[in-house]
Amino acid sequence: MKRLVLTKDELTAWVRRMTEGVRVFAPVAVGDYDEFRLVDSDQADLIRWSYQNTRLSPKGLFHPQAERMFKFSTSKEDPEWNILKEVPKDFSPRVIVGMRPCDAAALKIMDVNFDTPEYKDPWWVRRREATTIVGLACTSPSSTCFCTSVNSGPFDTKGLDVLLVPLGDGRFLLDVVSERGEELCQQFGPGGKEADSEAIATYEGLKKKAEAALVPIGDLSPLKERDMLEFFNSPIWDEVQFACINCGVCTYLCPTCWCFDIQDEVYESEGCRLRLWDSCMFPLFTLHGSGHNPRAEKLQRVRQRFMHKLKYYVDKYGQGVACVGCGRCVQFCPVNIDIREVIRLMLVQCECAV
Amino acid sequence: MNNPYRPYPVVIDDIIVETDDKNLRTYHLKFLNPEDERAFQFLPGQFAEISVPGQGEIPIGIASSPTEKGFLKFTINKVGKVTTYLHNARPGEVIGVRGPLGKPYPWDKLEGSNVVIIGGGFAFTTLRSSLVYMLHPDNRSLFGDITVVYGARNPGLLLYKDELFEWEKRDDVTLHITVDATDDPNWKYNVGFVPAITKEKAPSSENAYAIVCGPPIMIKFTLPVLTDLGFPPDRIITSLEMRMKCGIGMCGRCNIGTEYVCKDGPVFTFEQLSRLPNEY
Repeated sequence: MKRLVLTKDELTAWVRRMTEGVRVFAPVAVGDYDEFRLVDSDQADLIRWSYQNTRLSPKGLFHPQAERMFKFSTSKEDPEWNILKEVPKDFSPRVIVGMRPCDAAALKIMDVNFDTPEYKDPWWVRRREATTIVGLACTSPSSTCFCTSVNSGPFDTKGLDVLLVPLGDGRFLLDVVSERGEELCQQFGPGGKEADSEAIATYEGLKKKAEAALVPIGDLSPLKERDMLEFFNSPIWDEVQFACINCGVCTYLCPTCWCFDIQDEVYESEGCRLRLWDSCMFPLFTLHGSGHNPRAEKLQRVRQRFMHKLKYYVDKYGQGVACVGCGRCVQFCPVNIDIREVIRLMLVQCECAV
Repeated sequence: MNNPYRPYPVVIDDIIVETDDKNLRTYHLKFLNPEDERAFQFLPGQFAEISVPGQGEIPIGIASSPTEKGFLKFTINKVGKVTTYLHNARPGEVIGVRGPLGKPYPWDKLEGSNVVIIGGGFAFTTLRSSLVYMLHPDNRSLFGDITVVYGARNPGLLLYKDELFEWEKRDDVTLHITVDATDDPNWKYNVGFVPAITKEKAPSSENAYAIVCGPPIMIKFTLPVLTDLGFPPDRIITSLEMRMKCGIGMCGRCNIGTEYVCKDGPVFTFEQLSRLPNEY
């Protein structure tokens, strides 16, 4: 598909044209970190094209931290007493620009949970259908990044429709990678000029350099090949869980953690059913009404998080681990638990067990 | 797009106090819209989310049989917020039902086999559904011998007593009712724990499946009895409980290893469970 080269002004102008036709979300600075926000045409030049990564992943644009599902009246006088009605939401077309390839790959990982042959989560599916994603390649990955070890990469296009690559001289290479991306470029012409061989050579060079900067964890195939119970019963979890304080920050920042809670709130006679992010780190997540709790111990909860990402997901869906190597959990864990180290422990455990 | 989180509106038609301690009540729910009732096609062993607007949702096994038309039946123990609210509710109140959810008992395998049902306490709900389903004149010939062992701590805690005593008189089902203890001098059924009565009555394992539902301690002591009787683990079936929210395998809390109890269960064989982490 087509490859163009745009100056930064041309890129900003392109995004500005989009804001006049569709909703556009993009990374902007919020205090000392970056976050995806809805931007209008006046804000197009505030978009951060050089951010390292947003603190919260953009998963919230598809699976909000808190969202109203249904509303109802609890008044017995109301003819529609206690009947749940869907809360209207905006599913009009939108474009997310500047998403990192790892975060886009994470959406693919979550699709298998929310869009299944038996059930479709209507909010997830409709938001996915309404969204075109313009990604931003990572030319200088963080020290905590490990995307190439987990089936992704700094230039990975599998979750994207268009990939933007900063060429290092103020220009961007625009690579259209899906039909949806093609349609976006037809609807809103990006301008710029055809990429010449020099620009493409620069792009290839940057890609190699970025990939080389990422330290590989090792061959993850034992995660697939070894039996679930071997990992589950391994002594490594005692060491892994030791420092954990069950704060849940890893699950909130993770671009592939999708677990949620459903709660009802009532104010006077107006009721609302909400869904909210939840976390396997919390004992209440699995507490039965009887008082029994299958994951009452911290070790069980820590094991659940890593086993879910690195083994249960692998076995259930056959498409690799539920981790894209974004490194957020590594950066923000208050007690320095490092998922790369956990993976290594799981792999080493395998070697010794033979 | 069909929204799997939206409950069907139902009205509480009748409430029956099941046990002497009044902690278990059976709710008869009627659909407000006939098309919802037609859409709600289930088999015994499945469950539903009972949805009380303003309180929340709870996963409860369906106690009525698909052969009983016009209503759904749920027997509910008073435990937490939603169940306590329901125990104070009156007929006429509008609530919701979401489902049917989960996998039923394996009826394709049970047909043509002898079926042994072992239940304890208030875990008899989907077993009642199964029994009513199998004993229906249209279905009875599909199954071989049907044997039931059902026990509670005392006679006052048995569910569906009127039906039990009727079934006990029938000749197309062998019913062993038991209680752990009783001071009722007129009690004419068994006295003893469910595992002991199962051992004493020794139902044959030949061409048979056993469905076992009850408190963990009952299951623990019943399994070796069934093994001694010759039931292999893939012919001993149980139904598990878990804290649930979505009921459709998305919210993430009810997993045992790779399996979501809500969607991949709640019915499992002990052969399946032996390959999963012991975390339930």
